[in-house]
Amino acid sequence: MENTNLKERILEISGVNPRKCMKCGKCSATCPNYDEMEYHPHQFVDMVEKGNIEPLMASESLWTCLSCFACVERCPRSVEPAKLIEAVRLAVIRAQGGNHLKPQDIPDKLDDELPQQAIVSAFRKYSK
Amino acid sequence: MQRIGVFVCWCGSNIAGTVDVKQVAEMLKHEPGVVFSTDYQYMCSESGQNLIKDAIKEYDLTGVVVCSCSPRMHENTFRKAAASVGLNPYMVEIANIREQCSWIHKDMPVGTAKAVILGRAAVAKVHLNAPLTAGESPVAKRALVIGGGIAGIQTALDIAEAGFPVDIVEKSPTIGGKMAQLDKTFPTLDCAACILTPKMVEAAQQEKINIYAYSEVDSVKGFVGNFDVTIRRKARFVKEDLCTGCGLCTEKCPMKKVPNEFNCGMDNRSAIYIPFAQAVPKVATIDASYCIKKKTGKCGLCSTVCGVGAIDYDQKDEFIEQKYGAIVVATGFEPISVEKFDEFAYSQSPDVVTSLEYERLMNAAGPTSGTLLRPSDKQHPHTIVFVQCVGSRCDAKNEKGKQYCSKVCCMYTAKHAMLTREKYPDTDVYVFYIDVRTPGKNFDEFYRRAVEDYGVHYIKGMVGKVVPENGKLKVQASDLLANEQLHIDADMVVLAAAIEPDKSARPLATMLTASMDTNDFFTEAHPKLRPVESPTAGVFLSGMCQGPKDIPDTVSQASACAAKVIGLLSKDKLTGNPCVAHSDELLCNGCSSCEKVCPYGAITYADKEFRMPDRTTAVRRVAQVNPAVCQGCGACTVACPSGAMDLYGFSNQQIMAEVDAICK
Ligand SMILES: Cc1cc2nc3c(=O)[nH]c(=O)nc-3n(C[C@H](O)[C@H](O)[C@H](O)COP(=O)(O)OP(=O)(O)OC[C@H]3O[C@@H](n4cnc5c(N)ncnc54)[C@H](O)[C@@H]3O)c2cc1C
Ligand code: SF4
Ligand code: SF4
Ligand code: SF4
Ligand code: SF4
Repeated sequence: MENTNLKERILEISGVNPRKCMKCGKCSATCPNYDEMEYHPHQFVDMVEKGNIEPLMASESLWTCLSCFACVERCPRSVEPAKLIEAVRLAVIRAQGGNHLKPQDIPDKLDDELPQQAIVSAFRKYSK
Repeated sequence: MQRIGVFVCWCGSNIAGTVDVKQVAEMLKHEPGVVFSTDYQYMCSESGQNLIKDAIKEYDLTGVVVCSCSPRMHENTFRKAAASVGLNPYMVEIANIREQCSWIHKDMPVGTAKAVILGRAAVAKVHLNAPLTAGESPVAKRALVIGGGIAGIQTALDIAEAGFPVDIVEKSPTIGGKMAQLDKTFPTLDCAACILTPKMVEAAQQEKINIYAYSEVDSVKGFVGNFDVTIRRKARFVKEDLCTGCGLCTEKCPMKKVPNEFNCGMDNRSAIYIPFAQAVPKVATIDASYCIKKKTGKCGLCSTVCGVGAIDYDQKDEFIEQKYGAIVVATGFEPISVEKFDEFAYSQSPDVVTSLEYERLMNAAGPTSGTLLRPSDKQHPHTIVFVQCVGSRCDAKNEKGKQYCSKVCCMYTAKHAMLTREKYPDTDVYVFYIDVRTPGKNFDEFYRRAVEDYGVHYIKGMVGKVVPENGKLKVQASDLLANEQLHIDADMVVLAAAIEPDKSARPLATMLTASMDTNDFFTEAHPKLRPVESPTAGVFLSGMCQGPKDIPDTVSQASACAAKVIGLLSKDKLTGNPCVAHSDELLCNGCSSCEKVCPYGAITYADKEFRMPDRTTAVRRVAQVNPAVCQGCGACTVACPSGAMDLYGFSNQQIMAEVDAICK
């Protein structure tokens, strides 16, 4: 299932080297949204390394990842799984052509209850 | 004019694969002074050496160039061959056409051209070589062992057994090291104290061994066979020769709130203390930072109760100077601090402990007298989670952890899990692992027993976070094989913390001019072939200070180290290295530049009278090199602004001749 071009693009966007992963699972042990994700952070790392990227692109997990970066913080091998997830997400956004969230849309969507972090992660997730 | 022979080695295909050896021999034949040049498959073989010997005799050679492997491999071989037929061994030069040529080039013409150039440089050097004679120095027949853990104790016992006196310098009040803190030991589960204390006692009773506990090495001068060491005996405020170790003072001391390091701070001791019942020497020590008398001048209770008058509040540090032929480093290790891994909540809950703390919680002499109780409420824990690899095997970019595998934690975790299940079968035990690494005699069998016979739950995955909540520790972890995230309510969490070298090792290495790796483990002279020697002559390595290892490995290495020390101490004289520095007193202006760069302290200055051109005399300060101390590193020759320093065998002129030959 090797998809070399796509894999290279994802590695380039993310700057992540999935070969550094020692498959300890600490990212998935840390992930606060584990149950909502079909593919867990360590699987993202493994599947990207194998070039098995289409299922990731089609998965809801891209959007359920909170972009909290807990997995990045805890990974002992500095693999940075969330950056990889982000890169796959970007690949999808770019393939669809177009931003889902433009800066000028934000003021309308603002809500006093909404934590600052959520806006930042939304921006990370929905714009290119 | 020298009469030089050139010998080009094929080293099988190692050199001949990328260097046209025949052409090299042919080209070098035309260099000035070369009267014979040939090639051969293995110059280092018996017949290869004979080829050199025969040529020296037949062509009356005054110099030899061997184009072969690195001089570190066979320089000695060829020097000895030359010496056996009467040629001064320092008339032999090696051109390294293997490591520095054939191994790094792929292209035959390129490799061949470079080999010719390297050979030409060696020929140019030999023209300026002069016969050198090595001096001799005596060997002080006494060894120093720094660190009194199991490594240091074993090395000292073996050296003493061979009849040589040994001093052990131990920084803490007793010898024994980390092993004294362990409960039972894998893979046989014998009690650590039962096998360690007989050795401690033997060391104390062995006439040839002298234990300087509560002492540190203050300074080291000299060189192999002749180290001058100053040892600082820290003031215990108790006279070691009088104290009987009865312990009355420790009972009566009113200051009882001192964290007890022997139990990893999980209980308290008094300000005057004996670390544990089997301490060697069994002598009390006053901890001045807690002693009321030392701090306020009042109290003095211990002095009142001591029946033999051993207490001396005014005791001062003492300094001992001693000569040693060999120095053994056995400074061991410490577990890393796990506080920085906040995901494991070590600082938030007393029920999150390190494995060393767990050893103490299982031990009869520990804070709970051997009954396993949770530190927070002294209740029996029913669910325990062990986490392996805490701070080990991290990426170089990870600032909290170490890159290496700590090697002992897989096995001691299996031990802890097994012992817990054996003693408390109602306790659920989980071990989270990345890999279970149990190579070693009876090691994997041991781990399998924990799983199969004792029902320990081994789960492939890591713990991501631990949250103390309502008297429980909420553990969130991954089970990679089941592709699940687990949530366990645990009573205790045990962290297998990475190990690191003792903090005092780095300054000690500087004192000894012994090299260390980036992790502060001492480096061996050769990782495979000289594993117990430091690259610094006369300095040897024993135990964990060289790298992670368990007790069986530590003891084997300790004995190997002793064998090397005994080999050195049985010599009466050591042959020195004649390639040492010397100063040209006429050029030296006494600026001290060389003294500042010399890593061995080989340079001193003397005031000398010189005749001046107008028949007057002048007194000038000039550098002098102690040839017994100089290691021939050459640092001074490049530091000297007046070009007064030069090395025998590697003179400035010889090096320039080589450079000229290369650039020709
Ligand atoms: C929790 C745990 C459990 C373990 N369980 C087992 C087991 O069951 N079986 C097993 O085989 N191994 C076990 N080990 C490994 C074992 O502890 C080591 O292999 C062993 O202690 C190494 O001995 P050492 O003498 O090299 O070092 P250490 O025991 O650390 O001794 C070093 C000594 O040198 C002293 N020192 C340090 N620096 C200086 C200095 N500058 N000057 C003077 N003195 C100095 C120290 O005070 C100490 O006394 C365990 C380790 C841990 C952490
Ligand atoms: S935490 Fe890092 S090393 Fe461990 S499985 Fe996840 S990505 Fe791989
Ligand atoms: S960034 Fe995404 S994958 Fe990583 S821990 Fe947070 S939610 Fe989980
Ligand atoms: S010995 Fe085992 S627990 Fe310790 S660092 Fe190595 S793999 Fe991890
Ligand atoms: S060569 Fe010079 S700097 Fe090096 S050890 Fe000898 S005297 Fe010291």
